[in-house]
Amino acid sequence: MMSSSFNKFRVGISFVMMSIFYKSAVDSLSELSPQKYFSTLQPGKASLAYFCQADSPRTSIFLEELNEAVKPLQDYGISVAKVNCVKEETSRYCGKEKDLMKAYLFRGNILLREFPTDTLFDVNAIVAHVLFSLLFNEVKYITTLEDLQNIENALKGKANIAFSYVRAIGTPEHRAVMETAFVYGTTYKFVLTTETALLESIGTEDIENAHLYFFHCKQVLDLTEQCRRTLMEWPLTTLNIHRFIKTMEAPLVTEVAEDPQQVSTVHLQLGLPLVFIVSQQATYEADRRTAEWAAWRLLGKAGVLLLLRDSLEADIPQHANVVFRRAEEGVPVEFLVLHDVDLIISHVESNMHNEEIQEDEDEDMESPDMDIQDDEVAETVYRDRKRRLPLELTVELTEETFDETVVASDSIVLFYAGWQAVSMAFLQSYIDLAIKLKGTSTMLLTRVNCADWSDLCAKQNVTEFPVVKMYKEGKNPVSYTGMLGTEDLLKFIQLNRISCPVNITSVQEAEEYLSGELYKDLISYSSVSVLGLFSPNMTTAKEDFTEAGNYLKGCVITGIYSEEDVLILSNKYAATLPALLLARHKEGKIESIPLANSHAQDIVQIITNALLETFPEITVENLPIYLRLQKPLLILFSDGSINPQCKKAVLTLVKEKHLDSLTPCWLNLKNTPVGRGILQAYFNTLPPLPLLVVVSLHSGGQVFAFPSDQAITEQNLLLWLKKLEAGLESHITILPAGEWKPPLPAYDFLSMMDAAGSQQPTRRESECTKEMDAQENDKKHEDKSASRKEPIETLRIKHWNRSNWFKEGEKSFRHDNKEL
Amino acid sequence: MGLSAVARLWGPPGLLLTFALHPTLCLRPVQTSAPRHRDYCVLGAGPAGLQMAYFLQRAGRDYAVFERAPRPGSFFTRYPRHRKLISINKRHTGKANAEFNLRHDWNSLLSHDPRLLFRHYSRAYFPDAGDMVRYLGDFADRLGLHVLYNTTIAHVTLDKDRQAWNGHYFILTDQMGHAHQCSVLLVATGLSVPNQVDFPGSEYVEGYESVSVDPEDFEGQNVLILGRGNSAFETAENILGVTNFIHMLSRSRVRLSWATHYVGDLRAINNGLLDTYQLKSLDGLLESDLTDLAVVKDREGKFHITLKFFLEEGNQSADAVTLPQDDNDNFAMRVAYDRVIRCLGWNFDFSIFNKSLRLSSGGELSKKYPLVKASYESKGSRGLFVLGTASHSVDYRRSAGGFIHGFRYTVRAVHRLLEQRHHGVAWPSTKHPISQLTSSIVRRVNEASGLYQMFGVLADVVLLKENAMAFEYLEEFPTQMLAQLETITGRKARHGLFVINMEYGRNFSGPDKDVFFYDRSVGHTEDAWQSNFLHPVIYYYRHLPTEQEVRFRPADWALPRPTAIHHIVEDFLTDWTAPVGHILPLRRFLENCLDTDLRSFYAESCFLFALTHQKLPPFCQQGYLRTQGLMGTESLRRHGVESGLLRDYATVGRRREDGGRGLLGGSQAPGPPVQALDSNKEEL
Repeated sequence: MMSSSFNKFRVGISFVMMSIFYKSAVDSLSELSPQKYFSTLQPGKASLAYFCQADSPRTSIFLEELNEAVKPLQDYGISVAKVNCVKEETSRYCGKEKDLMKAYLFRGNILLREFPTDTLFDVNAIVAHVLFSLLFNEVKYITTLEDLQNIENALKGKANIAFSYVRAIGTPEHRAVMETAFVYGTTYKFVLTTETALLESIGTEDIENAHLYFFHCKQVLDLTEQCRRTLMEWPLTTLNIHRFIKTMEAPLVTEVAEDPQQVSTVHLQLGLPLVFIVSQQATYEADRRTAEWAAWRLLGKAGVLLLLRDSLEADIPQHANVVFRRAEEGVPVEFLVLHDVDLIISHVESNMHNEEIQEDEDEDMESPDMDIQDDEVAETVYRDRKRRLPLELTVELTEETFDETVVASDSIVLFYAGWQAVSMAFLQSYIDLAIKLKGTSTMLLTRVNCADWSDLCAKQNVTEFPVVKMYKEGKNPVSYTGMLGTEDLLKFIQLNRISCPVNITSVQEAEEYLSGELYKDLISYSSVSVLGLFSPNMTTAKEDFTEAGNYLKGCVITGIYSEEDVLILSNKYAATLPALLLARHKEGKIESIPLANSHAQDIVQIITNALLETFPEITVENLPIYLRLQKPLLILFSDGSINPQCKKAVLTLVKEKHLDSLTPCWLNLKNTPVGRGILQAYFNTLPPLPLLVVVSLHSGGQVFAFPSDQAITEQNLLLWLKKLEAGLESHITILPAGEWKPPLPAYDFLSMMDAAGSQQPTRRESECTKEMDAQENDKKHEDKSASRKEPIETLRIKHWNRSNWFKEGEKSFRHDNKEL
Repeated sequence: MGLSAVARLWGPPGLLLTFALHPTLCLRPVQTSAPRHRDYCVLGAGPAGLQMAYFLQRAGRDYAVFERAPRPGSFFTRYPRHRKLISINKRHTGKANAEFNLRHDWNSLLSHDPRLLFRHYSRAYFPDAGDMVRYLGDFADRLGLHVLYNTTIAHVTLDKDRQAWNGHYFILTDQMGHAHQCSVLLVATGLSVPNQVDFPGSEYVEGYESVSVDPEDFEGQNVLILGRGNSAFETAENILGVTNFIHMLSRSRVRLSWATHYVGDLRAINNGLLDTYQLKSLDGLLESDLTDLAVVKDREGKFHITLKFFLEEGNQSADAVTLPQDDNDNFAMRVAYDRVIRCLGWNFDFSIFNKSLRLSSGGELSKKYPLVKASYESKGSRGLFVLGTASHSVDYRRSAGGFIHGFRYTVRAVHRLLEQRHHGVAWPSTKHPISQLTSSIVRRVNEASGLYQMFGVLADVVLLKENAMAFEYLEEFPTQMLAQLETITGRKARHGLFVINMEYGRNFSGPDKDVFFYDRSVGHTEDAWQSNFLHPVIYYYRHLPTEQEVRFRPADWALPRPTAIHHIVEDFLTDWTAPVGHILPLRRFLENCLDTDLRSFYAESCFLFALTHQKLPPFCQQGYLRTQGLMGTESLRRHGVESGLLRDYATVGRRREDGGRGLLGGSQAPGPPVQALDSNKEEL
């Protein structure tokens, strides 16, 4: 929308250019011989010529930039040429060495300036430098505050000043200032500086960007008075400076007596809004003062008009004292009641932000956020960084101590990286575990910081963090695959105290094992004890079971019994050998499962399934296990322990196999408070509990809620499920199916590099390009450096070289100076 | 005078020394006409040859190293003449990480044996060359590398054979006339021929290789040194205090390695003469093209510098030759010199290679090096690789490939290439779930020494798997071979890739640049692309770039233009592990390239997502759902609640909450917004 309001203006300015200046139809770089070139020079006309050897490469970055500068310079009546120094005719402007060519600026045939090509590093620099040279009188370059004050004093009562600060000569901002000076140089005094100190001394803190101030000196009559200053608040571009200066020229306050919608001023054309101060005869004087006061403050941002209500025909609401009109066409004016100039200003400025800086604003809004941590693990670990953990409770291993330690004692090793948040979060749980186990465990808790010992970690096959491994004497290390938390790791360590499967040697021991007496202290970690029953001769079956037991080590207790009297047990528990006995300690039940022809994998599967409960309390830790069943969840939310009636109802349905297509479970908000977050997502508000929902996570994501006005009984529940199955119930919500997208954008460095590349390719020609050019570029470095500060000796050699005996010199002179 | 005679003796370069030594041989005589076959032949038991031998040995390959001297590292037995290596031997970095420490160890070769680290061989920061010889000897012995000492390969030819791996065998003939047939030839002979410039009077010039190293011999003399490299300055340094003055003359301007970041340029340790020159102590530097030079000797045996041009004018006797000072009485080199010393570097010895090998010199760019591709394979014959110092044309004046601390990695890259090409062993890689991507990159940029030393030449590559849910991590791949990645590594790059490179700022280095300018360091993450000091740069490509794209990449780009690029802001300590300054912007970059959410979450958050979303962020999918969720601790949870990233659900609904940034609300996750709980008081 900016651009639309500018288009008009752009046409305007180029029209100005065209009508004022000579405009050539040719806008590509002309190539001439020196003789030809000098013959084309016209008195009073400026011309920029780049002298180069005829055999020099046709293209270079400099030439490309020069070519680009042809058009803009022609707009100012400056011709540009590439002069080929051919062998036959030479000129003193043709350098002595190939790479030391320069560009020269002539007016008529008088040389004004010479430019080493590295000062003309891009099109902006070329235009800026050339105009700077030509406008030597119009644009005053200063370096001190004193200079500025002198100019200011000299011009008081005479002319206004456009004072600009640019970061460097040859920048796009410098070019913009020079281009404007070309047009306005006779009207205003242009003053330029690159000194940050000067800028700071007139009270600007932002020295990063270019600035332009307009000094209103013309109306100052008292020489002791300071000129008013207006800072241009837009970026320094030719268009913006033009627009800014135009508004400086406009009358401060205009009095109108027509419909605000119809009024037209230069501000509107420039895309600036208008502020009408509504006035009436009685308060005219005061209103006029207010309007002027506001106008000064809004100078360059908006036009201020005094609207005389008395002589106005259009209808203005009685209470309104300010009318605001945006620059865009077709937007109705706003009638405002503002009792303070500050309010007027802030209204204008806030609207300006909406209109103009919208694009920038996006960035402004994002950039701070992008640097704010939104990773909960990283942030919490960072916030906790100053807490000293009792790390000494675990043994820190190094490359030197690792091997001997894990050989000497059964060890748990945590591999982590000091800089990685997830492993540092887990290290805390690990230390908590060490506190819990202090002095009670035979297992040595150790840790390896892979940020220090990367070779050791690589050797242990650890390339991700965190990893926990258990090293037991004579056995391959076992990786821990459970939840990264204190409880689960504790369970893993405790259950690993016994070998799995443990060998049971008598029927009595087997009974103790099944009753939980044998490993009393362990059954809290394994709610099920598994006992494999085999005849002594069932070798393969025993091997398979042993393998399975090994695999499940750390998550369930397994035992094996294969004595001669195994029949006593198999008969007692009605099992056909080979068989598994599962003792569920909580329920005090023992069930048997036949194991005929089951391989180790099958046995693992059987045991894993057996570990699942029929109506479990779902928790953060165990949800993943139940999600694996890929069935919709039937969740009973309960605040505290479960209501026995509800439990009974569900269990009955389970028993009657009505719930086979679902995974019934319940959630205790006391144990799992995050359940409230889930309810909130389902219902927006927390509904009364207990409450039953069905969540089809894996098929469509619908959530159905059991009607809260019904009691949770077998019948009601069954009826509801039937209706659900028949599609007669409507869902309360559908879970979002969206992918997880990047939470915030990233810095677009590629665009930044592109932008920088097109704006200020600072000495682009000196960059190493491809490998093949490396040497050539090296030469350039040398040559350029040679042309800078040279030690005396070097200069002497140069001088010596220049004497025409020298080979180089000889070569270039041989043709035209035969006598040499 | 006597010394210049010695110079003559040393002048014709080549195999003088080894011919003298050859009778002591340890070769089993091979009398049959059929040459002994080996899969891999390595020429030269210098650092690069031994390094390659190590990798071949570890891989169990059929190989032999041919060495003309009786022990490894014969170059170092004589050079540098003044015995001080300028490769730093940093024994302490304050860190235990062995890989990281190799970033500051410029002398060790790569091996699995921590005893074979150079710091066990010398305590000196700039060690003695003798220690290098001892080290290389130990390296070969301890690892049991298969080196044939006292075997000078006098000639190498090509024998076409369709059966051969590369369509031809390399036939190496030693000084006994025995032939060796090799499928792959690995040339690690270094640069052994002193570089000489031919000009009238060059016979009066002494060479670096033979000039006296005893300062006594220069007492009160006027010395002119030709050349401007480390050997020139090393020579000057040695005699600085005893001469009348030293002038140094070379075509190019002196380049200081701290300005160019190139270790082959003049190192500060050798630049004492610059100091005295600039402090007006009679010593000086001069620039001129040596090929225009002429040296004439007067009756007193002193040397005068003049121009070839004058000599061409007439054939006068030495004292009648026009001298520049005849016309130009303040000519800088108008004094007579007692000695002129040439220190102009070294060239590769092309002489033993038959033309059929088409091993040509690197052309204008680097005449002293044989021409090789970025894979270090000769452009002329397949199966011939150039390793070590001689392979420096690939990164001449750019990186460290001409030095031990650089080529130990490029040798490894060549070995990995060979393993894939001839033995079907794919480039080593590790596979990880995508949730490990940020960590994998952070780990490497913080410790990898190969990336650090061979910046711009070797880069890590992340190959994405389908749907970007997993990736493969490949280390130290030659960047200029990116287009050929699939054939070289045997890995597939179908679903996009990241390249992790280390770079200096674009405008930072250069011979005449002020690298200490004010404001040189960049601190803000948004300005990271303007970082000047060496810093990691990550390129993202949707498709593997083509050969065209690599070759015609934009000027001054290390790699073809990527789909997106990320700079990790430079760090004074080269420690890129700051959570917000380094890791967070990297994660955002990776997330936006992959269009996914790579944050990590506690199990509780994953639990919530699992029951409130149909899909889970990768971290939850790959951790929590596989029962490897991160449980966290009470104190971490408290911090989370304070930061607003976690919610205290125990209090939800119990007291009014102002809908602060909860897990759902704050994370901008797709999903139903969590409403502020204003209206539910009566229900509880």
